[in-house]
Formats: sequence, structure tokens, C-alpha cells
Amino acid sequence: MPGRETARPILLKNARVIDPACGLDDAHGGVLIENGFIAAAGTGVDTVPEGGETIDCAGAIVCPGLIDMRVFVGEPGAEHRETLASASKAAAAGGITTLVMMPDTDPVIDDVALVDFLLRRARDTASVRVEPMAAITRGLKGEEMTEFGLLAEAGAVAFTDGRHSIRNAQVMRQALTYARNFDALIVHHPEDRDLVGHGVMNEGETATRLGLPGIPREAESVIVARDMRLARLTGGRYHAAQISCADSLDAIRRAKEEGLAVTCGVSVNHLTLNEFDIGDYRTFFKLSPPLRGEDDRLAMVRGLAEGLIDVVVSAHDPQHVETKRHPFAEAADGAIGLETLLAAGLRLVHAGECNLATLLRALTSAPAGLLGLDRGTLARGAAGDVVVFDPERPWVCEEAGIVSRSKNTPFEGARFQGQVLRTLVAGHTVYEYAGA
Amino acid sequence: MKPEPSKHSLTFPHQHLLGIQGLSEQDIYALLDLAENAVEVSRQVEKKKAVLRGRTQINLFFEASTRTLSSFEIAGKRLGADVMNMSVAASSVKKGETMLDTAATLNAMHPDILVVRHHASGAVHLLAQKVGCSVINAGDGAHEHPTQALLDALTIRRHKGRIARLTVAICGDVAHSRVARSNILLLNALGARVRVIAPLTLLPAGIERLGVEVFTDMREGLKDVDIVMMLRLQRERMAASYVPSVREYFRFYGLDEEKLSIARPDALVMHPGPMNRGVEIDSGIADGPRSLIGEQVEMGVAVRMAVLEALAANLPNGSA
Repeated sequence: MPGRETARPILLKNARVIDPACGLDDAHGGVLIENGFIAAAGTGVDTVPEGGETIDCAGAIVCPGLIDMRVFVGEPGAEHRETLASASKAAAAGGITTLVMMPDTDPVIDDVALVDFLLRRARDTASVRVEPMAAITRGLKGEEMTEFGLLAEAGAVAFTDGRHSIRNAQVMRQALTYARNFDALIVHHPEDRDLVGHGVMNEGETATRLGLPGIPREAESVIVARDMRLARLTGGRYHAAQISCADSLDAIRRAKEEGLAVTCGVSVNHLTLNEFDIGDYRTFFKLSPPLRGEDDRLAMVRGLAEGLIDVVVSAHDPQHVETKRHPFAEAADGAIGLETLLAAGLRLVHAGECNLATLLRALTSAPAGLLGLDRGTLARGAAGDVVVFDPERPWVCEEAGIVSRSKNTPFEGARFQGQVLRTLVAGHTVYEYAGA
Repeated sequence: MKPEPSKHSLTFPHQHLLGIQGLSEQDIYALLDLAENAVEVSRQVEKKKAVLRGRTQINLFFEASTRTLSSFEIAGKRLGADVMNMSVAASSVKKGETMLDTAATLNAMHPDILVVRHHASGAVHLLAQKVGCSVINAGDGAHEHPTQALLDALTIRRHKGRIARLTVAICGDVAHSRVARSNILLLNALGARVRVIAPLTLLPAGIERLGVEVFTDMREGLKDVDIVMMLRLQRERMAASYVPSVREYFRFYGLDEEKLSIARPDALVMHPGPMNRGVEIDSGIADGPRSLIGEQVEMGVAVRMAVLEALAANLPNGSA
């Protein structure tokens, strides 16, 4: 990662400056970054110290760099799918300045040495900030707890079993309780393995027509409901990594009303796609949780707009031909998403379903707050991570243009409105749009 | 009873037969009429036609099958094709070769028609996108089995003279049945009234949206029915808590004389095979005078000849 050597001061001027954390939305402002940190942002910020660089944003938006709380990377263990270097390049192209990686690697990130290895590897090869989450249980097996204290000290920003759901309620209870010693966040993929069974897509008419075994919504909502009770029992900080259906949202709503320390995320896929996109067995739309019906998608969008859903993630999950080019039921779950996170999210803004500040908050200050990162804001002294984007500029997502090492995007051929023009990490430009 | 006179053109505007979904009423009648001719051919001493002479037909089966495989093989041979059977056991999947690798290998040998069965829904669609020849779906997962639905329709039409306005009850494991899905689509397309009868654990979510009336009480469901179509219940379903036991299943959902007496007096009984006698159907009925099960097998060959012939006409340098 750049930024170890001090960057020149840089002024982004003639910009619409948005920072949901500070309630800032100045149509004619600038952002000044000095020594890798935000020095000033807003109206009237238009001068740069001697020797500094000035970039004219020509009216484009400048906001805090995005923080993506759910990214699967293939390193170590599956470098042919994605490395820290390739993931970070893709992230930079998508305006993401911090990617939070899941511990589902080989070996699993369940040991201090692994966290240390990853952070050093990221420092040497990645162009954006990489923050690892460590496993809740050793080997992601759902049985024995990992060393939360030592792992947090080594740099794990939260604890999760990644793609895996913790089946044993007692293990979850202990994890939530023990995590309180370190004020650690437990991030969970809520999914009842038994109710999923052989299911491969949302249960209902579409699955029945396709002859595919369904996954009921209850496979998710049952575990969310359980976890809410456990959060109340333990007082632990709990975050549902991704939810996909209205019932789960209701459980979260009630828990929040009760004052529990619970939050939830949603993937941009579940905000913008539904089960009909599977069409003729298209495996790039095979996700976990599965894409649901339009009613559930709309519930997710409303949940985001109301602020009930805290963060939006890409759920970037690189898969290769050998895991995706199979009959639907036999294909792996997951879709890449770093490069399309912002553009796909902007679909909601353009459709009038969510305002820009709400979307950006869920992509910047909300995840920063949950993870205790001094980022995701343009407040003076915050990290100098920003993204410059034109919310109107149209583009088409084509396989040839994909930066990620894997190409399993559910948005191939999709028309987007909203182009990242420049991404800066600690005041260094790590991505610059090459022009149309 | 004589079948309705043929008034349908014999053109079939498709490269593949992947399912009943996507076929028009006219397409279906065209295939049924072609199949009537094939029945005549099959009943002659000299059973050969030359429609597929010089053509290569590969039967690529990723799932074990006796009757469908032999039916397609005989159908291809009666039309003069060179037929090769390839059963791809699970072992080559374990060796790491994917279905599409296998398909690409076969495709390089320039077959004209691939007949494919696979245990995964949608697998045949996927394969059809990657090969250059015509593809016939011989059953994919719990999705479709179009030639089964066609042969069922042919059998019904030959006995009842029509499909439209008949009441057909499909009974048993609808959730896991590609036969049920293809039949629901076909029978609806031809204007029959379709019922499904099954315990709720064997009914897939949203089945009522597919144009069927749903019954969980077999006695109620069989009232005024013209055709009783039984489905096979695999014994593995007991282990997976779909139904508790064979004897309970047979008591409530097995077809016996008493339940059959509730249907119309001239109601006929069908089963796609292979049967589990004493599980979903009583032996006496399976072998009795109202059973069409033997004839279904004969119609199977005829329908597959018809499908092969219809697709052959659309092959490069075909006769169309």
C-alpha cells in the first residue's frame, strides 16, 4: 500500500463534496489532503500549499473512499481466482479504498501468524487498504473459538466465519459473550444449513418451474431470530453480514427498537437483482443467500432507505470457470462485485429509491464506525482516502473491461450510470479513469 | 377409438428439444401426428426408415437409465441413424472432467444429434449452448422430460381421441418429478384440466401457479378423473422425512382398486416406469385392463422416432 512515504499535498477542487458523516454536501467545494490525511473539506477549500498538486474535478462528486465489508480474496490458497494485488486493483477501480477480507482462505485466517502474514502481504502488494476479519471458530468449523484478543491485537478488525453459519447456538452465545471482553464485533452469515438442505435458489414458483430445489426464506430468518435473542442474552455486538428477506429485516428492526447492539448488511446484488435474473440457469446469479423475489428486494431497498440496513457490501466472491461452468445446482455460489459496487448502488439513487447520502453512508462511515476505523469521513484528520466519481456518466459492464482476475459478474452487459474517475488512498492516486 | 384426423402441418421450427416449455400447441400436435406414423412403421415386419441414414446419434447419459436409453436407441436405429450410447458414470466426474468437457469432446466427433440425460436441472440447456448439433433432453434433474410427456399424450389421445377437456390427475412425488413438470406444461398447452395429488411434503412451492388444481386427499382428487397418472416414489424419500413409511404412503397415496373406483368408470391408468409395485401402485392395477403402462413403452419409441425425424429435417442439409 502506498502512503508510507509522505505524499505531496493534493487539492481536489471544483467538486461536489459529500460526507454523510459530517452532513456535508457542498456543490462547489474542495478537499485538501496533506501528509496522507484530510486537512480540509467543503466550501472555500480552494488553495493548496506550496508544492502541492491541484486536480480540477469539473463538478464531479468527491466523497470518502468506500469501505467494503465483505470481500472474499483467493490469497492465500486460491491465487488463480484472486490475489490481494488483483483484488485491490479491482477495488481501486470501483472507488473502494478499504477492503475487508473474509477469513475463508486456505489456510483459514484463524491464527495470529496468518493475520500478520496477510497484513504484510497487503502492505507489499495491495494498492488499497486491506483489513482482515478473523475466524470466529478454528478452521471455520463452528466448534472451538479462536483467540479473539490476540487476533484483534494482530489487526483483525472483526470476527466472522465467512461463508459459514454457526449452527451451534451455544458456540454463538460464547462467542458473543467472550467478544465483549475486547469490544469485538461478531459478523455472521445467518443460514440454517438443514433448512437449506439441497436448495440452490430461492424457494417458490420460479424454482419449481426450473426444477431446482429451493431455499426457504426461513433458512435465513430463523437464524437471524435466534441471533437476536443471543445478542440480547449476551449483550454482544452482532452484525448480520448479509440479509436477503423481509422477515430478517423485521427481526433486526425489533432488536434495534429494543436497543440491542445489532446491525446488518445487504449486498448490492440483493438490492438490484432478483431471482428472475437467473433466467435460463445462469450460474453467475447463484449466490448465498440466494437472490430472492421482487418483494424481498424492495424490502431490502426500503430497509436501506430507512437506515435500518446499516451497510452495503459487494460480497465480492471470485469464482473461476471450473467452479461456475457447471449445471446450476453444481456450480459454486458467489459473484464478483468490487468494480460494480458503487455503480450498481447508484441505480437505486437514479431510480429515486434511495438518496445519495444514505447510500454513501452505508458505503463509508457506517462500516468505518462498526469496525472502529478512522476513515469513511472527510473530517479533518481522517485518512486521506477519497473517491471522485461522476454520478451521471454512463458505461456498460463488459467482460473485457473487468480488472478482477475472475470474471463472474452478474452485471455483464449491464448499463450503468455513474463512473469512478479517481481513487486516492492516503493522498496517493491508486486509480484514474482512462477516459471513454 | 380413432385419433382425431391430422390437420396439423408437419413442420417443427426448433433446433433442439429441450423441454415442453417453448413448444406451441401446433408443435406438439405435429410431433404427435408424426409419432402416429412411427407407430405404424414400428408394427411392420420391415421397421426401417432412411430419414437419419448417414447421421450420427449419440445417447449421452449421465444418469442411469434402461428404458429411456433403449427407447432412444431403437428409435434412432429404426430411422437409419448410427447410434452410439455413452453412459458417463459419476466416476469420470470424479476424475475432474466436467460435463462440458465431455460434451466438447463428443462435439468434436461431429454428431448430428445428442440425446442427453443428466441428474441436474438445466444441465441439458447448458450443454446445448456449447455444442453445434441438435440436442434432445432425455430428462434433466427435476426439470423436464419432454419425450415422456409427449408419449403420454400420444397414449392418451389414441385411447380418448383427444386431450382437450380431459381431466388428468398426476399423483405422487411431484416435487422431484421432471415427468410431472413436462406433463403439466403439455396437458395445459393442449387444454386438459390438470390436477396434482400428493402429500404436502412432495408438492413444490408455488405448484398451484403452474396451472394445476392441488389435492392432498387422493379420494377427493380422483373424482371425475379420466386419466390417473402415477409417479414413482423413490425409497430414499423415506429417509429424508418426505413420507414416514411405505405402508403409510400406500394407504393414502397408493393407487388401489378402491381408490381407482372413485375415478370415472372409463378412467385409465398410466405410469412412466419403473414402477414400485406396492408403493405407489397395486400390482393388480398395474397389470389390469385399465392400465396403459405397456402401451406407454411402445408409444415411447414412436414419439422418439417422431422427435428425431422432426429435428433431422432442420439439420444442415436436412430434408426441410
